[in-house]
Amino acid sequence: MTTETATEKQNKPLLDFIRVPEKYPAEDAYLWGTVCSACGAKFLGDRVACGKCGKTEGLKEVKFGPHGEIYVFAVVYQATPGLETPYVGAIIDLDDGVSVRGNVYGLDPTKPEPSWFGKRVKMYTEKVATDKEGNDVIAAKFKVA
Amino acid sequence: MRDVAIVGANMIKFGRYPDKDVVRLGSEAVLGALKDAGCTIQDIEVLVSGNLYQSNAGVGQRIMKEVGATGIPVVNVANACATGSTAFREAWLSVASGAYDTALAVGSEQMGKMGLLGGGGGGDRAYSTEGVMGTGLMPGVFGQAGVEHMRKYGTTQEQFAKVAVKNHHHSLGNPYAQYQMETPLEDVLNARPVAWPNTLYMCCPTGDGAAAAILMSAEKAKQFTTKPIWVAASVLTSDPYSERNPTMFDINTLTRNASKEAYEKAGIGPEDLSQVELHDCFATAELLHYENLQLCGEGEAGRMIDEGATKIGGKIPVNASGGLLSKGHPLGATGVANIVEIVWHLRGEAGARQVEGSKVGLAHVIGLGSACTINILKK
Repeated sequence: MTTETATEKQNKPLLDFIRVPEKYPAEDAYLWGTVCSACGAKFLGDRVACGKCGKTEGLKEVKFGPHGEIYVFAVVYQATPGLETPYVGAIIDLDDGVSVRGNVYGLDPTKPEPSWFGKRVKMYTEKVATDKEGNDVIAAKFKVA
Repeated sequence: MRDVAIVGANMIKFGRYPDKDVVRLGSEAVLGALKDAGCTIQDIEVLVSGNLYQSNAGVGQRIMKEVGATGIPVVNVANACATGSTAFREAWLSVASGAYDTALAVGSEQMGKMGLLGGGGGGDRAYSTEGVMGTGLMPGVFGQAGVEHMRKYGTTQEQFAKVAVKNHHHSLGNPYAQYQMETPLEDVLNARPVAWPNTLYMCCPTGDGAAAAILMSAEKAKQFTTKPIWVAASVLTSDPYSERNPTMFDINTLTRNASKEAYEKAGIGPEDLSQVELHDCFATAELLHYENLQLCGEGEAGRMIDEGATKIGGKIPVNASGGLLSKGHPLGATGVANIVEIVWHLRGEAGARQVEGSKVGLAHVIGLGSACTINILKK
């Protein structure tokens, strides 16, 4: 048996479809996913097959973001203790043709209005937690562009 | 497929039963349904039990041990919020296929006081995605679904709130509802916001409950009743691919697919329905389903609630029971209870909330993500 002497703190993604480079934050983290070359469907993260047409061949990894717009949202008031409320929990349509869930900042959550539909947003990443091994956990968020 | 009749139907009052376990709740509903049908557990050839939170705990077999373990096949079903209605459909299939002459469907659930946020934790991790990268819990998800309707058609929060006003008003006639209370529009709009546009009164409560139904072939049913209720269609769908799903659950497409198939199989159209019990887990959902079930045209749901068309006494009463908003939503029990409610109306046994002259009723349930059942019942 070998014993690790000094484990270096790492940056870990909150979700699998966030890729955090070794040199983060000097290098930006980004979203990635899969595109099906047969039907063109796009998905966040890895796939064993295309969820639209079922093809297992021709799946290619692609990078997504950081630009997009708000499709719809809810303003969440009742949440797990510790979370800042109310917050805008949105579905973001990224310009690359895939959608992602995200918190949107830069809007007044107490005054939701129709002008938020289609509002341009930009993704950013930041540390949101520390895991049991002491690594920084990195999440993606959105701010009004 | 053979014709299938509902011969027995029963539910317990939904609520909180901290002193009973889920097997006892399910057993009470089963005994009630057996009594209603005028048969005994020895007449039942197969049991299908719907329960979500104890789906690995043999709830169906434990109910049989409680009410009379005859050794018949028992199937335990879990299918999100459509668990109970999926159990009903499996029981229907058992008889419709010709494999059995009698089947019992029971749905049960004990949710205690877990509240709306139950099941939303991050497992054994010290952190969660919820509220950090958007929201995946039901209040937010159904808030977004309503907001999508706002975006497409200009529907207002007030129109969604009117669903809660109507359904809570209906509940005053339903002693089986978890909550029976009037909630005027002003109270609904001023209630604590949960996930805008839904306020507290626009969200269904969690709770405990059970419901059961006994199904028989036409030939067998004759031995027990002169007033069978017929299953004109029993349909189950899952969500087909759509471009934002599963980032954003699609509660519409699979309901549309299910309703189209159900109307075709029943040989009727939405205009032939006397009433509908649909899945109003949140007030926003009800308006979407008016369109999904073709009760009105695209974008007309807001106007439909404004005009009072879906009240008891209106053109097409929706959720005469008070809906999930008042009746409660014990997941495994909900789908069977919707069917029990329709059966009672078709028999003219629904008491103060009776939809007069009801001849054909539709029961709709959706669970994420996603399962949709539609059962059309007729006299």
